Parts: sequence; C-alpha cells; structure tokens
Amino acid sequence: MVCLPQPDAETLARREDIRAALCAIVPGEGVISDQDELRPYESDGLTAYRQMPMLVVLPETVEQVSQVLRYCHANKVRVVPRGAGTSLSGGALPLSDAVVLGLGKFKSILEIDYDNRVVVSQPGVTNLAITEAVQDRGFHYAPDPSSQIACTIGGNIAENAGGVHCLKYGLTTNNVLGVEIVLIDGDVVRIGGKQLDPAGLDLLGVVVGSEGLLGVVTEVTLRILPRPDTARAVLLGFPAVAGAGKCVADVIEAGIIPAGMEMMDKPAIECAEAFVGAGYPLDVDALLIVELDGPAAECDYLITEVEAIARANGASFVRISQNEEERLRFWAGRKAAFPATGRLAPDYYCMDGTIPRRRLPEVLERMGAMSAKYGLGIANVFHAGDGNLHPLVLYDANQPGQLEKAEAFGEEILRLCVEVGGVLTGEHGVGVEKRDLMPAMFSEVDLAHQQRLKCAFDPDMLLNPGKVFPQLHRCAELGRMHVHGGKVSFPELERF
Amino acid sequence: MLRPDNTHDLAEIIGTAVQENRTLEIRGGGGKTDFGAPRACDDVIDMRGFSGVSQYDPAELVLTAGAGTQLSEIESLVAGENQMLAFEPWDYGLLWNRGGVATIGGTIAAGIAGSRRVSMGSARDHLLGFEAVSGRGERFIAGGNVVKNVTGFDLSKLVTGSWGRLVALTQVTLKVVPRPRLVASFALDGLSPAAAQRAMNVAMGSQAEIAAAAYLPGDPSQTVFRLEGIDPSIAARRQLVAEMHAELGMLRPLSEDEGAQFWERVQQFVALGEDQPLWRIHLPPSQGAAMAEKLDPAGEAQWHLDWAGALLWIATSLDADTIRDAAASAGGHATLVRADATMRSRVPALHPPASGVAKLESKVREAFDPMGVFASARFGGGKSARAD
Repeated sequence: MVCLPQPDAETLARREDIRAALCAIVPGEGVISDQDELRPYESDGLTAYRQMPMLVVLPETVEQVSQVLRYCHANKVRVVPRGAGTSLSGGALPLSDAVVLGLGKFKSILEIDYDNRVVVSQPGVTNLAITEAVQDRGFHYAPDPSSQIACTIGGNIAENAGGVHCLKYGLTTNNVLGVEIVLIDGDVVRIGGKQLDPAGLDLLGVVVGSEGLLGVVTEVTLRILPRPDTARAVLLGFPAVAGAGKCVADVIEAGIIPAGMEMMDKPAIECAEAFVGAGYPLDVDALLIVELDGPAAECDYLITEVEAIARANGASFVRISQNEEERLRFWAGRKAAFPATGRLAPDYYCMDGTIPRRRLPEVLERMGAMSAKYGLGIANVFHAGDGNLHPLVLYDANQPGQLEKAEAFGEEILRLCVEVGGVLTGEHGVGVEKRDLMPAMFSEVDLAHQQRLKCAFDPDMLLNPGKVFPQLHRCAELGRMHVHGGKVSFPELERF
Repeated sequence: MLRPDNTHDLAEIIGTAVQENRTLEIRGGGGKTDFGAPRACDDVIDMRGFSGVSQYDPAELVLTAGAGTQLSEIESLVAGENQMLAFEPWDYGLLWNRGGVATIGGTIAAGIAGSRRVSMGSARDHLLGFEAVSGRGERFIAGGNVVKNVTGFDLSKLVTGSWGRLVALTQVTLKVVPRPRLVASFALDGLSPAAAQRAMNVAMGSQAEIAAAAYLPGDPSQTVFRLEGIDPSIAARRQLVAEMHAELGMLRPLSEDEGAQFWERVQQFVALGEDQPLWRIHLPPSQGAAMAEKLDPAGEAQWHLDWAGALLWIATSLDADTIRDAAASAGGHATLVRADATMRSRVPALHPPASGVAKLESKVREAFDPMGVFASARFGGGKSARAD
C-alpha cells in the first residue's frame, strides 16, 4: 500500500469551519460531511486503495468552483478533483485532510458546432454522451476508454484517456482543442478554443494528462469526427504468440492503420469465450481482433490484405465479420475479458505498461516466469497496435498476503516494460499506483523539471497531493539554483 | 557563436551564462532568425553539433535524432523506408530566402506543420519524447519512445512551439507513419471564397476523410482536396466529394505534378511578395474565408487558406491591431511571420495572450528558465522586461 501525505492536524481541527465556509459558497446539498454519505467517495476505480475524505463539495457553477478553490488556497486546504471516479490508478483517491471537489453536476453539453466540427461541453458529461449527442448527424468523439458509459470528459482530460481506437484516432490530447480551467487561486483561464494551434506556449498540451495537479477543468472544446461509413472486424487465431506479434508488426509496416488491433492470450481467450460465447477459437495461444474502418471498398480491400499477412504468419483461424451483429460479438468477448477473469480468481489487478511492439514475445515469456514465481495467475489483453499491455494479475484479496504479492508482481511487470524501452503507463495514468515507480523511468532532475511546472500552476501544492510524484519537494526548494562549477565561459569551445 | 556537441558542454555553457548573467539564443540552421523582434543576445548556441539519427526502427514507427539534424536528412531517411513525418513539416526558412538549413529541433521548437495538419495533427502530436538542457543548465528527459504514454506531465507538447524560450532541445523522438500508397488531389475551379469555405466545411464533415483542403484565390480560384490511401478507397471518396459538390461544377483531378506544385505553393507561400507584412491567422475552420474577405474587402491583398479554412496566410499592410482584433473576435489569433525590422520591434510576433494566460506563461517560462537566460526581446522578454 502506498503512503499518502501526512494529514495536517491543524486542517482536521478546522473541519467544521471549512464545512461552514464551503456551505456558504455552495448552498443546499452541495457539501457532504456525513460519514455514511462520504463513503462512496473513499475510492475510485482502483478499489484496492481506500481513504475517507474530510469533506466533499459538489459545486454547480464555475463561479462556485472558483470560490471553493480561492477559499482552499487562502486557507491552505488540500483539494482532490474528481469526475466519475473511474480512475484505474487512484487518481481521485481522497486524502483524510482534503476536500474532494466533484464535478458531477456539470452535466450540460453547451454547444454543438458542426461547421467547425467541435462540441463544447461541461466536464461532468460522460464520454459516451458526447458521441450520443452528435451521432444522429453522423459524427462521433473518437477516444473511447472502456469506461466510456461512466467516465466523464473532464476526467478524460485529466488522465489523457485512450481506448481501443486510439491507434488510428489518437488519445484525448489529440482530440481536445480548448479548455476553461480554474486555477488554485480561483482565477478562471481559457486556453485554446476552436482553432487548431496555440497562440503562445502549448499550455493545453500539459493540462491534458496532468491528473488533477494543475487546475480544475470546467469546460472543454472537443474535436468530433465523421463516423466511418463501414467498420469490419476480423478474428485471427495463432498457435504461438510470436506469430501474432509478427502479424501486428507486419500489418503496421504494410501501411495499414487499423481502427483497433487487440490481442488476447490463452487464459484471456478462454475466460472471455466461456463468459460471452463470442465464437473465439479455443485451440490457439493468441487471438487478434483487427478492426478496419472507412469506405466499404477500403475495408473489403484491406481485410483481404490483413488476412494474407496473418496466414503468412501462421494464423490457424480466420473469421471475418459478415455483419454488424457479428462484429459487435467479436468485441463483446474482448470487452468482457476483465470481468470474465472472475472465473479464474475473485480479484484481478489490471496493469497498463507500453512496450516496443517487437519485444512482445519476450515480455510475455518473462511475465509467464513471474507468474510461476509469485504463484499468481495472469491473463493478458493488449492494445497490440500501439504496444499497450493490460496484464491482469489474478489474486484473491481474502487470502492473506495475496494483494501484496499481486502488487509486487505488477511492479515487476512495469519495471520490465521500462527495461525493454517502454513506459510505466500507456493510458491509465500514474496516480498513486505507479507514483513510487517513477524513478524507474526518470531521474531526480527529470522529475524536478516536471514538478516545477506543477509549482508554476500550484505553488502551495494543494491540488491532488500525493499523486504522480514520488517525493513532495516544496516549490521553494525546487526553485533554488545549484551553482555550476566553471567560472569562465567554456574555454575549449571554438567561438566564431 | 558556440557550438557544443554534447549535453555536458551545453549544460556548462548555459550554467556559466546563468552565473555571468548573460543571455543565449538557441539556433538550429538559423532560417527562422528573422521571426520575432530584432534583439541582442550575448551569445548564440549553434545546435547543429547535436546531429545524427541515433535510432530508427521502421517496424516500431519511431525515430530518435539529435536536435541539430537536418530536417531534409530525416525526411529522406524515412522516405527510403516508405515512411514519413505525417505532420508534413516544411522549410520555413524559405519565407526569408534561407531555405535548406532547417533542423528537426528548430522545426519542433517552432511547431511547424503543413497542410496535412488538419487530418494527422501537428508537430506536437508527433513528438514522443525529448532530451534537453533547461535554462537552469540541467540536462533532463521527458516523454518516452513509444506512441502510447501518459507517464508524467506531457512536456513534449510544451516544448513544441516554445521557440527556444524554455529549453535547448538536444534530442527528439518522433513518431513516423507509413507513407500513403496513393495521393490524389482534386480541384473545384472558380469558387468564391464563401462558396469554397462552405464546400470545405461540408467535405470535412463527410466520410470522405479529406487529408488536406486549401483554397487559392485567383483567376480561376482553386479549391483543392487531397485524398490519401489505397486506390479503391480514394475512388470511393472522390465519388463522394464529387456528388456532394455536384452543383459547384466538375471535380477536376490534378495530375501528380500539378498536385505537388499546388501543395508546395500552399505550404511554402513563396508566391507572395515580400513588400507587405506576412500574417498567419489561426481561426475556427469555418471562419477562414469570412476573415479573408473582412481583411481584404477590395480583393487586393495576397492570401490563401489552408487547413480547410483554419489557417489564413495573408500579406497585408493593414495595421496589426486591426488584424489582431478581427482574429480574436472570430475566436482565433494572429502571428506576424515576416515584416521589416521596424515593424517587428514594434509588433510582437505572437498574439498577446489574455492576462490570465500571460501570467501562466510567464510562470511556466520561469519554471524552466528562472534567470531568463533564453529570454530576449524576440518575444517581448529579455532582461529589461523580465520583471513580469
């Protein structure tokens, strides 16, 4: 279990004053202080970690958000922003001395502008609701994290959410054009808009994916895209993982960018098939779902090419979706893969590293060895096209010591991802979960450069403390300049 | 001029400048030197010592190169593997008759993207990670070597387009993309700006998957759509565009040469005279034609639209405030790209941000460059103006 920042006793002693002040800003039922009512906020999508917040505030207007933050800033109260609470990395995990600032009441889509192909929305609207609002005109919002029925667009901005289709359409960051953000001192700032490029520094680029550490987003401008005319999926089964991995690389190298390219290993295939009966082959070691979208003529043409590439790599099973129903059935198995592992173990711990695609067979083999070492099962689903792994470590939380073992197993997997040239997290975020692993990827100097950006936005470090960075340096300490050795300009360098 | 070739020396140079309270200008090929106000820096760092592609694995679609590597070298290397930089960076120095010197670091630092930006994103969307030395004289890295990565703040976005005000980039890791098997361009001739804008709006909102769309006024004007992909797909999408615009006349296919020439003209803007200040106006896409007509009601200025209307290039002697007010009221902003030294010292190159954003930008600059070693009059900073 990770350590959270020490609660501030003085803040806890002021709880009643803080509650009264927040009630004055957000009247009615906008402040939650009753222990039973606070309970639903004690955790997010990473349910292994729980912490009751001091208070929850649910403002309804930008002005209220601004006043809440201004009050917290003036009174040095920590704030944990929260959307729907679906983070898989503990991004919205409360602190015992912090106010959880929930954006759940910001539920309106403000503008749909088809000429400029954007939607302007409040942050509490769900990801799927954006697409639903524009689909009758043939548009969609491309990033589709698997929690899209529940997760909010504001949370997507904070976490730079991905999804199965980001191979072709990009992550959240590639699909956001502007935000309105409230800073910790209560200032409301608009960054970006409906145009494509920033006027000055690309502040939007760092706000997206900042995990609630830089500010609270109160409005977003999103790029929407015409929904492709046709989508077809093909299931490809391989007797060995290496063949499937090579097939993925060959498809990409042929210049084909599928809308999605997912891989499942044998345990994941078996669980999913037993759970939903998607028609997956059970006599293969790896299964690919490749989806192509675009004009029907393009899908038909490319699917033939994909099939040929698969056969050249030893595919023993090929099935092309013949209709929309069948395509959705292919996906149903993949989408059910996580809950389906419940057949193997009561709990699973979902990891999220990215690796260079070519290292996949080796990484799978080493994860298999780790599975034996820890005595815990593992099932693997991947966004194979972009090398994003989601190993599911299987455990039983009721067995003493298994959660700790699962965490250690997970940590070793992520260290392996970094070792082979990859990264700790592809789309779930660092949060509290991967915070202490950051030094595996970044030196202290690297992290200090990131933290100074945090200081530029939030010098008192009141927003979402304890997330992303393994050590809490005070901003004054980070700002200090270390004096360099040489007193004269570098003499041996040529000047001309 | 200083020309380090490793991060240790570069860090020493910057650290020393900090100690001696000197300012440094970071320069690649120097093609874009006349962008921004004239200024006096104590020294220039020539980054071309950081040259060479250190890693290129076509199967992984990732390339790592020294920031001082020539853009043309990288482009021909990836072309050899039938790949490309999809954001279509181009040789900005041509605007000042200083073509052929662009480096990848300068291209990233200036955030240069071409016509395909509208479908494939900008430089910021293709920089996966980097190594740099900050204004603190410290080497650091950010991002990674894979496409899908949310580990830590996305500093790659921040340094792209920062014009050397935050860090000296020493190495960049870029996403590369397979080259489309086929590229075909189709023109609608003789449309008015408003009709062209409507045609682009409709096409961009359709399933035609337009790779790029631009409008060149003239006699006749040309509204051109670029389609990329495989043959049967282009045929289907061409048919779709022709049908949706049937009442606007024939959708005329351009020959390969004609197409290449058209996009070169759009991108490089060399066709425009140098006697007028050159502006680059970023707008909500549907506003492009209306803005052009507003700024040039008599049809005398030279201008054209790229990015389906989201980018207006215009050479005009209209005063800067008029242009910037018009751009801002349409929800956009205006960059002064090329002008004489007098105008450049008076008019900031980058559209002045609203006060809240200006405050943030200043704090962010301070985070990476606390002593203002990279600050200069070029973007309205510099020692005398550092009190902000």
